[in-house]
Amino acid sequence: MADLFKIAIRNLLRYRRRTLLTASLITIGVVFVLIFISVSGSFKAMMIGQITDSMIGHLQVHHKGYVASIENLPLNMNLPPGAMKKVETALRSLKEVESASPRIKFGAMFSNFTETTNIRLNGVYPEREFKTVPLLPSRITEGKAAIEKGEILIPILLAWGMGVKVGDAVVIVATNKDGSVNGKQFKVAGLMESATGPGGRDGYVHIEDAVELLRMTEMEISEIAIRLKDFDKLVPVTDRLDALLAGEVDKAGKPIFEVHNWEKLSPFYNIARMIDLMTFFIKLMLIAIVLISIMNVMIMAVYERIREIGTIAAIGTPPRKILSMFLIEGLCLGVLGAISGGVLGVILLWGINMAKIAFDFGLQKGIILSASLVPADLWTVSAIVILVSVIASLQPALRASRMEPIDALRHV
Amino acid sequence: MKLISADRIGKDYQVGEVAVHALKDISFEIEPASFVSFVGPSGSGKTTLLNLIGCLDKPTEGVLTVADTDVSALNRRASAAFRGKNIGFIFQDFNLIPVLTVYENIEYPLLMVQSLPAAERKARVERFLEGVEMTGQKDKYPDQISGGQKQRVAIARALATNPRLVLADEPTANLDSATAYTVINLMKKLRDELETTFIFSTHDPKIVGEAEIIYTLTDGALQGRDVKKEGSHG
Repeated sequence: MADLFKIAIRNLLRYRRRTLLTASLITIGVVFVLIFISVSGSFKAMMIGQITDSMIGHLQVHHKGYVASIENLPLNMNLPPGAMKKVETALRSLKEVESASPRIKFGAMFSNFTETTNIRLNGVYPEREFKTVPLLPSRITEGKAAIEKGEILIPILLAWGMGVKVGDAVVIVATNKDGSVNGKQFKVAGLMESATGPGGRDGYVHIEDAVELLRMTEMEISEIAIRLKDFDKLVPVTDRLDALLAGEVDKAGKPIFEVHNWEKLSPFYNIARMIDLMTFFIKLMLIAIVLISIMNVMIMAVYERIREIGTIAAIGTPPRKILSMFLIEGLCLGVLGAISGGVLGVILLWGINMAKIAFDFGLQKGIILSASLVPADLWTVSAIVILVSVIASLQPALRASRMEPIDALRHV
Repeated sequence: MKLISADRIGKDYQVGEVAVHALKDISFEIEPASFVSFVGPSGSGKTTLLNLIGCLDKPTEGVLTVADTDVSALNRRASAAFRGKNIGFIFQDFNLIPVLTVYENIEYPLLMVQSLPAAERKARVERFLEGVEMTGQKDKYPDQISGGQKQRVAIARALATNPRLVLADEPTANLDSATAYTVINLMKKLRDELETTFIFSTHDPKIVGEAEIIYTLTDGALQGRDVKKEGSHG
């Protein structure tokens, strides 16, 4: 086998310029794919991080049917204390769960005493909320990253529009699930950027204020946001939690809970999927580049060496060894392209990271692009290139191995 | 015991709609350790006949037996194995593998065809390098040596596998007269040492005289057989 590699490598060196051109083409393809995968992957990871760590959490538990009506923030679909206890028991049994934050979500009127607008409010336990969505404090641009009872965090655009500043008094008026209206005065503790850009109208109050405002006799939770220790375990943990809660049914025998991870709760999941789809098509382009360039060069190699093939076949070289010779030649070209592309790709990615390219996401300004190459991606791209190189060599190699020596020796 | 036995063999080609009778009704026998030449003008069928004997092609009629094997019955794979074991080839254009050195060219069939162990390969290659007086050039590539030297390497490559038969199609056609004689005499010397049968085709009258048995071909038919040396086989 080593001798077949020796012959293959020498044949590649025999046509140095052609080998260099083909390997360069593959190298460029590999470099572009690696850079695209790394940059888009990093952007995707950052985007998911922003969505999950500053707003949604990794997964959420709701009353069955709540998510379908989530835009209405239906108070009559909140979870009673008994149900909440069941969820907390289930969460305690999952060691992958880092924290969980119960929320009371409701729509309300926001008044600065002269103007009124609408707002979506989240009643939370501040410590648990900040632990579950750790980027939330970083969204607070003015004021303090904390919520005491009687305080409110409001979206900065709403504050600007209403002329409200930190420390001002505002009134929140809300309707409870029975239809009665109640109002309560709050002090603006901080102004916060929206995680998703203009239009975000989510504010935060202490959960006990929400209970009081909504005149709840006992705390009824709209959702429980959950953060995992390891985001990569999202799917299995979601499945396990779903299984744990699936047995909980109401008096009518219908399931009480529904468990969703961020993918089902955020429209940004579609962007993440589009990035994956684009990556797939970029990989397809790489396959096409490798396939065409290797097949072209191997067809040329066979055509140019027909008499040589005739000679080795006449001497008695078994067809399988002739096949192997050409397959190994294609393999070596692929390995050369994959290695040089990998090395160059890593160097270029290092350069991109050194350049500290900044971009904006939503209202988050100046996020530094941190393109990181996952080893699995490097191995996958290399394996694709090498495998496709061998496949591309197969047809020319089969042609060489099936050549009749007498015809090949006659070739001029 | 005959090494080669041809019984009324013929070879027809179809060129478009025209049938070409390249060889017609040819019968002969060749014994081991012979030094045989097929002579005739271009198009007389010399190369076609060598191709049949070398299992590179099959007769369209008659029976051809080489080393007790009916070569017409061999499939592609068996033909390759048979050639690798029994037949050495020397080509007019030398046909050395350009990416291999002189040493590696001789070693090639031992490695790729016969898969011999390294020590045995080394011993055989060195023996034949010495036999064709190319030891000093063993690390050179084919494009670094002369035509005569290339043909010596080709002879060594053909003999390295210890074949029973070596076929040489116009082995001296691309060599000057002096080198041609040297090459033919080298073949004869190695025949004497190894008792390998040599069959070569030529249309060079000076070289023809070096063969011990001469078959003359004209228009695909065997016209005569001339034994030049007493006690020769055939």
